[in-house]
Amino acid sequence: MRWVSTRVLVVTGLLVALFLAGVVSFYASSRPDGLSYVAAKVGFSSSARSHHSDGSPFAGYSTKGVADQRLSGGLAGVVGVVLVGALGGGLAWVVRRRGGTTHLCGKD
Amino acid sequence: MHVPDGFLDAPTSVGTAVVAATGVALALRGARRELDDRTAPLAGLVAAFIFATQMLTFPVGAGTSGHLLGGALAAVLVGPCTATLCITVVLLVQGLLFADGGLTALGTNITLMGLVGVWVGWLAFRLAQRALPRRVGSVVPAAAVGALVSVPTAALAFVGLYAMGGQAPVQLSTLAAAMVGWHTLIGVGEAVITALAVSSVVAVRPDLVHGARRVLETRTLHLREGIRA
Repeated sequence: MRWVSTRVLVVTGLLVALFLAGVVSFYASSRPDGLSYVAAKVGFSSSARSHHSDGSPFAGYSTKGVADQRLSGGLAGVVGVVLVGALGGGLAWVVRRRGGTTHLCGKD
Repeated sequence: MHVPDGFLDAPTSVGTAVVAATGVALALRGARRELDDRTAPLAGLVAAFIFATQMLTFPVGAGTSGHLLGGALAAVLVGPCTATLCITVVLLVQGLLFADGGLTALGTNITLMGLVGVWVGWLAFRLAQRALPRRVGSVVPAAAVGALVSVPTAALAFVGLYAMGGQAPVQLSTLAAAMVGWHTLIGVGEAVITALAVSSVVAVRPDLVHGARRVLETRTLHLREGIRA
């Protein structure tokens, strides 16, 4: 079995996430998602109100002021991945057990 | 499945906000047991990966689409309490910065995806794991089962909330059938993505996978004959 270091795993994973959000997302389906579709079919989609964050520079996964759709969506995706990764990783780092691990082999 | 503002009335939204806040507070305490110096960076990766994958909506049937919720995926990789925190971070950023999922519905969305999706996914994963052969590789199909079950259950939970505080009158049985039906199909996509992601990590670092811990801890050593010391 080929084992990699935690650092290599996390960096590779982040690069994959950046690629998915920054490039592949352009090709995602633009159909309404399951809930919006059902809401329209069953007849309560009109009760949805406009979003408080509609004025955000990245509202609707596009970057305000960037006309090119591919770039606009890709940029928003990259910003999101970096922000979510930093907040999620930071929170986990703060919450974690301190002082070594239960791992017998010590450092990986 | 991001619920926008306005679908549910104020009392229901306040109720789900209280449920979500309680759940997140408990998850913050529980996550300490799941996270250490080695696994904390993986939690950041899982949150970022779920955000990225949620942008990749895939077509389902005619006219609709679905995307990963990520509850089972996160629970299997980093543990259910940490998974609740990861999904909460994703939903916060999506709601505040990307105008996806209403802000008054934040509690609802955390309850549906961060609590129901994660914990139902985790329980189904544990049950499937018990039924499967006791080895590390079983983590992948068990995670797929957890993913498959978690999505329609979260959809059903939405129907329950709508029954309590839906703003527009609808036939609940029609709503339930449509939500569970479509989200079972989306659950198949969820299972595929979850299996791919979990198997990638299991292949290179099974020791970091929370759902594989019990198997690895109790794995017995076999002495092979014919190997010289």
